[in-house]
Amino acid sequence: MKTVFKKPESLTDAQFHYCPGCTHGIIHRLIAECVDEMNIRESTIGICPVGCSVLAYDYFNFDMLEAAHGRAPAIAAAIKRLLPDRTLFTYQGDGDLASIGMGEILHASVRGEKICVFFINNTVYGMTGGQMAPTTLLGQVTTTSPYGRSKDNEGYPAKMAEILAQNEGSAYICRTAVNDPPNVMKTKKAIKKALQTQAKGLGFSMVEILSTCPTNWGLNPLDSMKWLEDNMIPYYPLGELKVKEDR
Amino acid sequence: MSHRLSGNEAVAYAMKQINPDVMGAFPITPSTEIPEYFADYVANGEVNTEYVAVESEHSSMSVCIAAQAAGARSVCATSSCGLALMYELLYVAASCRLPITLACVNRALSGPININHDYSDSMGARDSGWIQIYAENNQEAYDNFLMAMPIGETPNVRLPVMACMDGFITSHAVENIELLETDAVRRFIGEYNPEHYLLKKENPLAVGPYDISPYYMEHKVLEAEAMKAAKARILEVAAAFEKISGRHYGLFEEYRMEDAELALVLMGSTAGTAKAAIDKLREDGVKAGLVKIRVFRPFPGEELARALAGTRAVAVMDKSEGFSANGGPLFAETCGALYGLKERPHLIDIVYGLGGRDVRVEDIEKVFGRLANIAATGETGPVYVHMGQRSREEIA
Repeated sequence: MKTVFKKPESLTDAQFHYCPGCTHGIIHRLIAECVDEMNIRESTIGICPVGCSVLAYDYFNFDMLEAAHGRAPAIAAAIKRLLPDRTLFTYQGDGDLASIGMGEILHASVRGEKICVFFINNTVYGMTGGQMAPTTLLGQVTTTSPYGRSKDNEGYPAKMAEILAQNEGSAYICRTAVNDPPNVMKTKKAIKKALQTQAKGLGFSMVEILSTCPTNWGLNPLDSMKWLEDNMIPYYPLGELKVKEDR
Repeated sequence: MSHRLSGNEAVAYAMKQINPDVMGAFPITPSTEIPEYFADYVANGEVNTEYVAVESEHSSMSVCIAAQAAGARSVCATSSCGLALMYELLYVAASCRLPITLACVNRALSGPININHDYSDSMGARDSGWIQIYAENNQEAYDNFLMAMPIGETPNVRLPVMACMDGFITSHAVENIELLETDAVRRFIGEYNPEHYLLKKENPLAVGPYDISPYYMEHKVLEAEAMKAAKARILEVAAAFEKISGRHYGLFEEYRMEDAELALVLMGSTAGTAKAAIDKLREDGVKAGLVKIRVFRPFPGEELARALAGTRAVAVMDKSEGFSANGGPLFAETCGALYGLKERPHLIDIVYGLGGRDVRVEDIEKVFGRLANIAATGETGPVYVHMGQRSREEIA
């Protein structure tokens, strides 16, 4: 009998703790599938952030290291430099990467560190309970912007993919979403391309994945997907922003 | 006014009554609710505070420093790694003599990462030049926050104040609380009128400039003198606060210490557990007592020595490790305080409750059991032990 569907080897049997409708589970699985398909599970090391995915080491079936808040790119870069034949990735939310860790992510990209960054953008600080993030959209209500983010007080949402695509050290920068099956498949493709970019030693790569937070947005999972399509994609356009083909 | 509030709500409410000029805000468990509640007050126009939601605690403390240097009153709230990330700025705030008020909701420091209560965060900052006041419960968290500004802003003190409460145990548990009327709070706090501030045209000023060796030490001595002066000021403010609230505060609280032979020295919410254990033991005729340290910086060394002078055996309970290989930070301070006594009680250190490990009335009774044994035999036994470990036989 032919197996048509199974849990990736790169995921453990642990049940995800994520809220119903959260897309971390989808993205974890996509990364695990890519690692399996590239046959690099035994040489992959992941770096956990601080945020909802702080427990990601329970779910990925390879070695992982917990970084201080925002410092995952520095940690990944150090391991990659010491063990250049391993595959290194960070898994970071927008609080971790675009807020407290803005310095680390920019400099990892500037230095062209040969690591992959999977950046999950859901426009809020999820774990601490839905406060405004640098990626929060204008007018979006959060617990620290109760009447909506205002450009006069809080400025504009940070476009991390565009910011990082400017750096020479960035080899592959792409923004995707996991709101529907075609976009989920495109996200998987982008994750694989980022991992291949690292394998070829081309430089820094990041896939920004637009994601949902039904709990903190106060929407059900389906409406959250719709909100992502109607609000996030227009401001955060999808597609490849930087593709370096060779060294 | 009687209410039921969590510790975080109580402190946020105190901030609202104070109506500070600036808040630097960045969330971290378990202090997150404070800037959240406060964001509502700002958005609803209930305060006219400039609310600056920044990207890290390093920046939130920087915002407070800048605001305070400009002559504004600034507040902030944080926990654990957030306080650790502020570390550089804590020293800057204190040495620039900027009386910022920080609500520190104590939580264990990484690593391994842990969100529950111990004092490793603020104990790490104990030598930063900040006044540190610890609360046993929500009422004290509220009261201490209200007393912070009159203490810190006094001209001969002019130091920042960390008003600490136990993460989750105090910050999230809802308790009955007596709130003051806002008018009474504002009268008590008064206006902030610093002598020096940026852009005061009569007196051009640089804050925090390079301080070379011929000057640096003089500035540090002034800071040390300010910390000494803070002790008297803390008691003055407590006396004034008692007049409007009816609630009495000292540098520490003595519980059934009048004739105590066996005593504990500890901080924060464990005092409630200890008081229950002491009441039980007293019924059995054990002369047990407690000194609950409220003010850790400045440390009330002489006063503590007097309070413990009549005891026979004392256990210091440290809810942070310290890794000195010589006992926890509260133990070190207590040892130092008792050194000047002609007849010193036997002294042991019990490190407990790290990362939120529970401590029960029975645990405290066990500690008194050991103290009774020490008093009876004169044998101290191991001086520095850890209580409540799963895998080890209990010594404490």
